[in-house]
This record gives sequence, C-alpha cells and structure tokens, in this order.
Amino acid sequence: MSQTEDSGKPVYRAVGLTKVYGSGAAEVHALRGVDLELFEGERVVLLGASGSGKSTLLNILGALDTPTAGQVFFRDRELTKLSDRALTAFRRDHVGFVFQFYNLVPSLTARENVALVTEIARAPMRPEEALERVGLSARLDHFPAQMSGGEQQRVAIARAIAKRPDVLLCDEPTGALDSKTGVQVLEVLVSVNEDLGTTTALITHNMATRKIAHRVIHLADGLVAKVERNDAPVPPAQVSW
Amino acid sequence: MRALDAKLLRDLRRIWAQSLAIALVLACGVAVLVLAHGTQTTLSQTRDAYYERNRFADVFASATRAPEQLTEEIARIDGVAQVQTRISKQVILDMEGMVEPAMARLVSLPVAGAPVLNVPLVRAGRLPDPLRPDEVALSAPFARANDLRAGDSFRAILGGRMRELTVTGLLLSPEFIYTISPGTMIPDDRRFGIIWMGRAAAAAAFDLEGAFNDVALRLTRGASVDAVIAALDDLLAPYGGTGAQGRDGQMSHAFLQGEMDQLAAIAVVLPPIFLIVSAFLVNMVLGRLIAQERAQIGLMKAVGYRTGEIGWHYLKMSAGIGVGGVLLGWGVGFWLSGLMTGLYAQYFSFPYLVPVPSTWAFAVSAAMGLAAVLVGALRAVARMVRLSPAEAMQPPAPPHFRRGWADRLGETLRLRQTSMMILRSILRWPGRAAVTLLGVAASVSVLVASFFSFDAMDVVIDEAFFQTNRQDVTLVLASARGTDVLQDALALPGVMQVEAGFSTPVRLSAGPREDLVSLEAHGPGDQLVRVLDQSGRAVAMPPQGLLLPDTLAAELGVRPGELLQVEFLAPPRETHMIPVSAVTRQSLGQAAHMSRAALFELMRVAPQVNRINVTFDGHALADLYARVKETPAISGVLLWSDLRRQLTAQIEQNLLTMVFAYSVLGILITVGVVYNAARIQLSERAHELASLRVLGFSRAEVGFVLVGEIMVLTLAAVPVGWVLGYAFAALTAGGLSTELVSIPLVVSVRTYATAALIVVVSALVSALMVRRRLDRIDIVSALKQKE
Repeated sequence: MSQTEDSGKPVYRAVGLTKVYGSGAAEVHALRGVDLELFEGERVVLLGASGSGKSTLLNILGALDTPTAGQVFFRDRELTKLSDRALTAFRRDHVGFVFQFYNLVPSLTARENVALVTEIARAPMRPEEALERVGLSARLDHFPAQMSGGEQQRVAIARAIAKRPDVLLCDEPTGALDSKTGVQVLEVLVSVNEDLGTTTALITHNMATRKIAHRVIHLADGLVAKVERNDAPVPPAQVSW
Repeated sequence: MRALDAKLLRDLRRIWAQSLAIALVLACGVAVLVLAHGTQTTLSQTRDAYYERNRFADVFASATRAPEQLTEEIARIDGVAQVQTRISKQVILDMEGMVEPAMARLVSLPVAGAPVLNVPLVRAGRLPDPLRPDEVALSAPFARANDLRAGDSFRAILGGRMRELTVTGLLLSPEFIYTISPGTMIPDDRRFGIIWMGRAAAAAAFDLEGAFNDVALRLTRGASVDAVIAALDDLLAPYGGTGAQGRDGQMSHAFLQGEMDQLAAIAVVLPPIFLIVSAFLVNMVLGRLIAQERAQIGLMKAVGYRTGEIGWHYLKMSAGIGVGGVLLGWGVGFWLSGLMTGLYAQYFSFPYLVPVPSTWAFAVSAAMGLAAVLVGALRAVARMVRLSPAEAMQPPAPPHFRRGWADRLGETLRLRQTSMMILRSILRWPGRAAVTLLGVAASVSVLVASFFSFDAMDVVIDEAFFQTNRQDVTLVLASARGTDVLQDALALPGVMQVEAGFSTPVRLSAGPREDLVSLEAHGPGDQLVRVLDQSGRAVAMPPQGLLLPDTLAAELGVRPGELLQVEFLAPPRETHMIPVSAVTRQSLGQAAHMSRAALFELMRVAPQVNRINVTFDGHALADLYARVKETPAISGVLLWSDLRRQLTAQIEQNLLTMVFAYSVLGILITVGVVYNAARIQLSERAHELASLRVLGFSRAEVGFVLVGEIMVLTLAAVPVGWVLGYAFAALTAGGLSTELVSIPLVVSVRTYATAALIVVVSALVSALMVRRRLDRIDIVSALKQKE
C-alpha cells in the first residue's frame, strides 16, 4: 500500500498550531504555527531534534493535550472545539498510542494490559489476538517486569492496536531499545499499518528510520521545516542504524 | 474480572503495609466509638430493664421515726403510685477472721411477701422467714467476698446488742448496684454490704415498732418529682425527715449515672479526635499514593478512560482500605466493649450484663470512617485528573529550589550537604512537611489527652485521701453527742489524736437553683480533716460564712460575697441566709463547710460531735477494733488507711493496663504517619538517593537523609502535640466531670515526657524500617528508571 496526499483523503488537518508552555520569562514556544495533513492509511515519520516540537504535535493530534492557538480537524470534526469529555471519547474510539517508555501498568499481565483497553473499546480484537499479532502469544500471563524492553514495547503496541484504531501515534517507540529489538518493533508497526490500514505517525530522531515511511515531516524550532515523499519505503530489516 | 479490578487487587496487595497502617489508624477511631458507645448502651439497657423489672423507686426519704399511719397520707400525695416503708439502719458487723469491723446497711423486708418496690432478686437460697428474727439475707457480693453461704452465720451489733445472725440467701437489688459505705467512693465488698431482715425483727432490734425510718415511692407517669418531694418533706418534717431525694440523689443510681455520663462523654470527645486524625492521615497517605500513580492515571486517560471511571477506580481502592479499617475497628471495639463490660461487672452488681451491640455506633463509625477515606481520596484524585494526559504521563516538573535564609543558616552552621538536602526538602515542600508534622503532633496529643486522666486521678486521690482526709479512722456516732465524747475516744486503745467532726443535711438554694448537701463543721486548728483552696493548699476556716466547692458554687450560680439560703433539714430545722466567703476545691463529692463556732451559734446549741476522726498507733489495732465493735454509740467506721492502701494498689494495677492500651493507640497513629511518609519519600527520591550511593556515600549516610528529615519533623511536632494535647485534655476534663467527681485539669511533666518518648521512639523505629528497604535498592536499576 502506498497512499499519499494525491490518492487519499486527509485524516488529520492541522492549521496554525501554536503551543506555549509556561509564562513570562519561563515561556517556551513548543509549536509556532504548524500546518499539516495526515492521510488515510499512510505511514509518516516525524523527524527533528530534541525540542523541535515533535512530541507536542503528536500529543495534540492524539488529543492528549490542547494547543494554545490553531485548529485540528479529524476527518470533518474540529477537535479543538471539543469538550474534555468528547476528547476522551475521541481517544477511546479512534487513537492508539505507543510511548517511548511503554507505559504499561506494572500490576497487570500482558493480556490484562491489553484488556484494559479492549474492555472500553467499541469493536476490539480479543487481547490474545492482538498479542499474537505482535508475536507474544507465549507471554500472555507475564507481568511487565518479567519481560524485556522489546517485549514490553510490543505489548504496548498490542494494546494500541487491539481497539482497531483509525490512527496509531508512536512517540519514539524504539528510543529505549537496542537496534535489533528496535527493528523488531518497527516491523510490527509496519505490518499493522499494511495489514490493517491504520494511519501511523511515528516520532524518531533516528535519521535512518525515515526510510520506512511514505512521507517524512521534518520539524525544527516548532515549525515544519520540510516534507519529503518516499515512494519506495524499505522494510525495517534493511534499515541500517 | 475486569483488568482495572485486577489492578486494584494487586495494587492493594503491593501496598499492603501502607494500607494496613492507614486501616489501623482508622480502626482506632472506629473502635473507640464502638467501645464507648457500646459499653454505655449495654449499661443503660441492662440498668433500665433491671429497674423496670424490679421496680426501682423514684423518690427516697429517711426520717428518725415516723408512725406507720403516715403511709396512707404519703400514698395520697398527688402523683404517688406505690409506697414502700421500711426500717433502714447502718450497723457494725464482727466478721469471723477479720480484725477490723465491717459495716452494713440493714434494710427490712415486709412482714409478708417481697417488697413492692426495690424488689430484691434471690440469687441463691431464700428470703428470711419473717417469723425467725435471727434470719437474714445478704447482698451477694458481700457474701462472696466473705465466703458466706446460706446456712452460715455471723455476728452484728443491732441496737447496741451483739447478735448471731444466720444467712438464708444471697440477693441483688436495683437499689444497690453500686454499693459503697457513706463517705467513701470505692466499693469494698469485704467491709461493706447489705443485710435484709424481716420487718418485725428489725423493728424489735431498733425499737421502731409501729414506725418506719425510711420510705421509697414510685410515681405515676408524668408526675412532678419536685412536687412529690416537697409534699413528702412536709409530711416527714415532724418526724425527723432529712429531705427526700429523687433518683439523682440515690447513691447507687448517681454513681451509675455518672459512669454512663462519662462513657457518653468519651464517646463524644475521643472518637472524633481519632477519626479526624485518621481522616487527616488517610488524606495525606492516599493523596501521596495516588500522586505516585500519576503516570498510570495519565495512561488511562490517554487510552480513553473517562475522568469518572478513573476517579471511581481510586475511590474503590480507598474504600477497600476504609472497609478494612472499619471492619477491624468494629471487631476490636466490640471485643473491647465485652472486656470493659466485664470490668464494670466487677464494680457494679447487675444480675446479668450481656454486651449489647450499639447499632448507632456501628453505623456512625462506619459512615465517618468511610467518609474520612473517601474525602481523602477524592481530593487527591481531583488533583490528578485535572492534569492533561500528556502532562500526567510526564514526570512532575523538577522542583525549583531557591537560595534563601536556610542556605545562609546552613553556611553559618557549616552544615554538611546531606543536612542541607534535609533542610531544603522541608522548605521546598512546606505543605507536605506540615502534614507529617501535624500527623505526628496528633499522636502526641492523643497520648497527652489519654494519660492526662491518670494525672487527674492522681490529684483527685491525693486531695481526697492524703490532703483532705488525713485521719486513719473515722468513727461515725449513732447520734450527735457533746464534745466530752472526744475524751472517751482518746481513751480507746492506741488512739493518738482525735478531732471532732460534725455534719448535718442542708438544702442550699439561690433563686430557683437548689441542692441537697451536707454541711460540715471545722475547728480553727483542725489537722486531720481539712478544706483545700483552689490551688490545693489547706485553707484557714473563716470565722463566718460558707465555703463551697467550685462545682457546687457554679451549679448554684453563686460567687463569694453573695448570700445563700441554707435550710437545715435536721433540728433546729431553721432557714438562714449565709454569705459565701470563699470557693474551694473538692474533687470527690460535694459538701459545704463552715466554722464550728459559727455553725453552733447559728443552731443555738452547744458544740456537738457526730463523727470522730482519729489517728492511731498501728500496734494496738486489734484492741482498738475490738472495742469499736462492742461500743453501741459507734454506728459506723471508715478505715481510711485501708482505703488508701487498697486504692493505690488498684490504681497501679489498672494503670499498667490502661497505659499499655493507650500507648498502643499512640504507636499505631505514629507508625501510620511516619511509615507512610517515609515510604513515599523513599519512592519519590529513590533516584536521588541511589545517585548518592553511586557517588560513594555509605548506606548510613544516605539513610541519614531519609531518616533525618522524618526525625526533624517528629521532634518539631512534639511541642505542637503538647499544646494540642492540653486542649484535648481540657475538653476531656469537662466531659468527664460529674456531680460526684470533678476532674481537675492538670497535666504532669511525666505525661508530656511519656507521650513524647513513645512517639519519638515509634517514629524512629518506623523510619528505620523504611531505611532497611533503602539498603535493598538496586543502585543501577534505580538510576535507569526515568525521572
């Protein structure tokens, strides 16, 4: 699959996104007017140095945070106009998250961590199915502390995809992993994108990772610096770190 | 099971030690309420049923000698339902194997059948046969203490004659649930009891044929007690009536009521203190526990859990702790109320005393306990769910430390950097430090308020038995005599010093307020029986006017200098207006005092004596007691030195148990606060403390940072706790004072010191327990954890 802005409808459209943290002397401008579109089924990599505003952008797209100014549209709904309650429902129904530090609940097993989401989702997979998809059928009843970093991150991915989300937002999913494990995790993400058609946005500061994407958006100083199209994404295994 | 519920159960299991610490504190509050209220309910329900079933009278009066025909007139008083006349006398007994004389109140049983009022309950044997003058029944506790059974016999002096009496049965009566000889405050079952004897035999022994000297009335529903008392007083006045009293003037009832009032006060004062402290603790600990769940709350929000669902999850967690605490408190409280009831059964003679669970106490304590945890949880959850998920999943912003006066202080004192860490941490989070400090202060205050009751009791005992009454023995005379009787007393074997005593019943009134008390006469140089001023020093008797205990003065609403109406209820039965010259302190009982010369001038008679206070040489004890037993003029003996010994032993025994119980409470609260504060500190600062280890600090040095902060706060909390404790003690003193016992507000240095010691030691132990966990921290993994 190789959908781009020519062939697909935008899932997300952001206009003039601004985010300011703190006030007065401590004021930090994380985003300074970002315009951006994400398309149905595409795989996008957000690249940028530390502090370029990648995470802030992803958090706003995922309705984890709200912008100081600007608008975000998901399909035809303007997210920036929704109440806290409606944003919660939006996250519950449409978005899957994967974080750098996995954010698993330590007191729940792999299966239960996934069930945490499937229990409140509309038409989820069974937790076992989601875990099988990430290759963890043998680790269903292990607690996070009993698993390696790569396994924990795969549980987090299973948790994110189990609800069959429309978009999967991944904030440095390989950031805490060694290269071999990192490749495994990327392979899972790519296969989910290709098999389920889930729009996937992935933050990284690893330049090599951009080769797996359909599009690469470069962020610098809170602005989109440039957008690259990649008509021939390569499988993660061929990415050299 | 839902994943969230699985998380809940596992989280509770993980934080079991902290949850237990919270639950235990909560359980203390719940238990005290269930204990005090449950015991009170048991006592009052048992008493009410007993009173009802055995027809306890409403009004009591005595006279010198009233003709039997007066009974009909008494029955005609408006509001009187039943009348029971009888003969009642105080007598001296000569018990086998007992050197000192014993005393008893002898009451007569009707010629035929059981009395209509104050019906005794036969516990063993039978009532005495009215036709056999040597048969009597005994109060069961007295018989037990003297090992007497039906068929046994003993000797008593009745109307001046030594008589051999045979026991037919053992009885209990609603009139004598608490049995004390007049003038003392503690039951002594071996030396004081009740004797029931047929009316004819008693009349013959005391020369009261065709007459009675004691009457009890039961009133119709809604009758005015005051009106009946006034009418009865009018009828009995010509026959030496000394003033009728309602139930509140009946000794056994008054003591029991006082005890129940105290329990009610305990139920009202103490549990709120415990519950407030535990609410406070739960609030602090849950708040911090939930704060530690910050990232997980963020995650739950991120994956689409609603604020309400997350809040409910944490409320369930707190409710789990709360329910645990409440159930534990219920169990312990009910168990303790059983023990307490057992303790009461030793002092109060009830036919049965079965603990009655107080539904009210269970419901209220559960509601308050759960409210405490839920309010604590709600506040913490509200703070957390306000954060946006992105923010919540980030670790909290690193604290801003600023240089300030503390740094200059540190530099001046040349503090080490680890000490500076302690100082800065306290100053950086003053709210958190304040919560720990107040929690520890609360434990100190609860201990001060609890131990205070021993200080108060010490003062009461010291004043009543060492400062006021310093005689070895008081000889109570059957009737008032001239002062020459003192010479006779001095001639008794071993007697070293004698002092005249005289007391007479009076009714004091100031406007609508009145009280029936005894008026006691004091000579200018009296050494054995003294009156204390409000600072506890012996006062010189003023030549004119009355001295009143402060509680009595407050009750009558009079101040020194004001006039009081004094109605003498014994001859000359006159009424005088007498000024109050000073207010005194009297912890036990209430009596008015007056100079002997002034009193007898007022009564227009030569000075009289109706009790003789004596000190003696212990060697001649047996001879003295033998003479007392055979002297008809002496109707009663109060053995003060025995009483003192007995009381001191009893208090020491109780003291140990009570100190233990209260210490457990104080330790639980301290551990609850300190253990949790230290655990939370440890988890929040694991990274920082592990870094210190990496830098080469020893375990002890790193431990110092953790334990040091807690101990600095604990030491600062001690004086705060002392002040709070004094305030609680003042509340408790007010609540515990009854008409018979006025509790002084005195807190000893020993109490302050013990409270501080218990709290500081348990704080140190709790902090060291947490420090041991510090030793087990894996330095590398602690450093790897994200900040």
